[in-house]
Amino acid sequence: MLSGITLGQYIPGHSLLHLLDPRTKVIGVLASAVSIIAFTNWQGFVLVTLLTLTALLVSKLPLGIILGSLKSLWLLLVITFLLQTFLTPGTLLVELGPLSISREGLFAAGEIVLRLALLILIAFLPTLTTPPIKLTAGLEGILSPLQRLGVPAHELALMMTLALRFIPTLLQEAEVVISAQRSRGAGFTTGSPARWAKSLLPLFVPLFAGALRRADDLAVAMESRCYRGGANRTRMSTLKFSALDYVVIGVTLAVLAGVVALRLI
Amino acid sequence: MLEGVPLFMSPIIEIDKLTHIYLPGTPFQVTSLDSISLDIEKGVFFAIIGSTGSGKSTLVRHFNGLLTPAAGKVRVCGIDISDKRQRRNLWRSVGLVFQQPEQQLFEETVFADVAFGPRNMGLSEAEVTERVHEALRLVGLDPLEAGRMSPFHMSGGMRRKAAIAGVLALKPEVLILDEPTAGLDPQGKRHLMKHVEEFRRREGATIILVTHDMEEVALMAERVAVLNRGRLVMEGKPREIFSRAAELFAIGLDLPAPTHLMHQLRLLGKPVRTDVLTAAEAEEEIAGLLGEV
Repeated sequence: MLSGITLGQYIPGHSLLHLLDPRTKVIGVLASAVSIIAFTNWQGFVLVTLLTLTALLVSKLPLGIILGSLKSLWLLLVITFLLQTFLTPGTLLVELGPLSISREGLFAAGEIVLRLALLILIAFLPTLTTPPIKLTAGLEGILSPLQRLGVPAHELALMMTLALRFIPTLLQEAEVVISAQRSRGAGFTTGSPARWAKSLLPLFVPLFAGALRRADDLAVAMESRCYRGGANRTRMSTLKFSALDYVVIGVTLAVLAGVVALRLI
Repeated sequence: MLEGVPLFMSPIIEIDKLTHIYLPGTPFQVTSLDSISLDIEKGVFFAIIGSTGSGKSTLVRHFNGLLTPAAGKVRVCGIDISDKRQRRNLWRSVGLVFQQPEQQLFEETVFADVAFGPRNMGLSEAEVTERVHEALRLVGLDPLEAGRMSPFHMSGGMRRKAAIAGVLALKPEVLILDEPTAGLDPQGKRHLMKHVEEFRRREGATIILVTHDMEEVALMAERVAVLNRGRLVMEGKPREIFSRAAELFAIGLDLPAPTHLMHQLRLLGKPVRTDVLTAAEAEEEIAGLLGEV
């Protein structure tokens, strides 16, 4: 049901993408995401699509996993498509009672769905190819220069590590609670929206109570080990940029520059 | 012979070569139950023991249709659990108390939480109230006083009782308890087991107890199944099972303390029975031994 492989879970491997420094992946994904949002013409679209497809190919991830990330957000894609289609005014194509589809609406819908799909595909790559601990180390590395400005880089990274650590635990617990309430006749899928929301209470109350209890326990456990954030902590493995990292950062920044340039022309 | 009871009653739970595979088709695939065949008679107090990860919890989750077999058949109360439409109503006749059930409480009051199941059954409000009161009394909680309390303001032991009452209120034909006494104090354990036995006698229910507590098995169970790594390795009366001490030790299990003592005395060459289960029986043996001297 919910257990097993979770969305965006790290898939071990030895591809070039797996070898990259986590900081490179974060910077690369940010640059790519901005490019995907910023392109305005077909040349830009071709550029970012090529970038995304290359990244996916290089990652050597199974196709099922890649499509799985899209599948998980299909509802978002469908709703966006429908809203764009029906709510954009323009040259009328079809009229269905109160709803109307315009030419512009159809184009806008197609474009936004492509953009979203590319974004989703690229956004899942870092978590799919990096163990969570390394990823948060990378984030901390990127944020640490901002520490002088008062950004709590270490604390933010720690929060992320903890959140990632507890996702599988929460899913497991959700599965137990769902099973237990089902055993008392709870139905989680039927009825009107209001009744549906109410039917979720037997799931969410125990889940939140459990999460709070666990957070409490964790705080005590950390405190009893005299944990102090940031101050002079070192890591098992230090991060190091290789030539490959510079190439990847260079390529993604070049694509971003290209998209922006195409926009200005 | 009781009137109206057919001569050959089929078992209330029939398991035929049940196999369960966890996460099939992924790199994480594990066969958690391997070709288990087992019958459980109606009205019996049945215990399932086995070390951690032996498949006990997975097995009992088949009994109310939460899990379905990868291969083999499971029939519960005459219903084949592979049948999707019938499986959906199995919760009405098979109550399952999960591990640490107090973590699944969610309502504002204990009364409302215990009433959750009966309300889902579509009973009238009067009937719901009656069942809730009965269930709370059965686990030793005051229906009026404890019923008004928030489960989040109660002690761990009381919350456990309230959660178990929530399943008892369904008046299931088969009551499954997954390590119900884990983490309770000795008195809490004894009381809980007493309540379960009382429920069985009153309702004629079948009890299936998953446990690590061998004394509980010795005291309560009429039959025991022993699981090891997803396989059924023994099944029989507690007396027979606990006489096979070496085999039990080999798979990481233990004996009830009185039985263990008798085995030790026998090792020292004393002529005592090794098939004792309770402290009283052990006392008798030791008295015999002393009288002989």
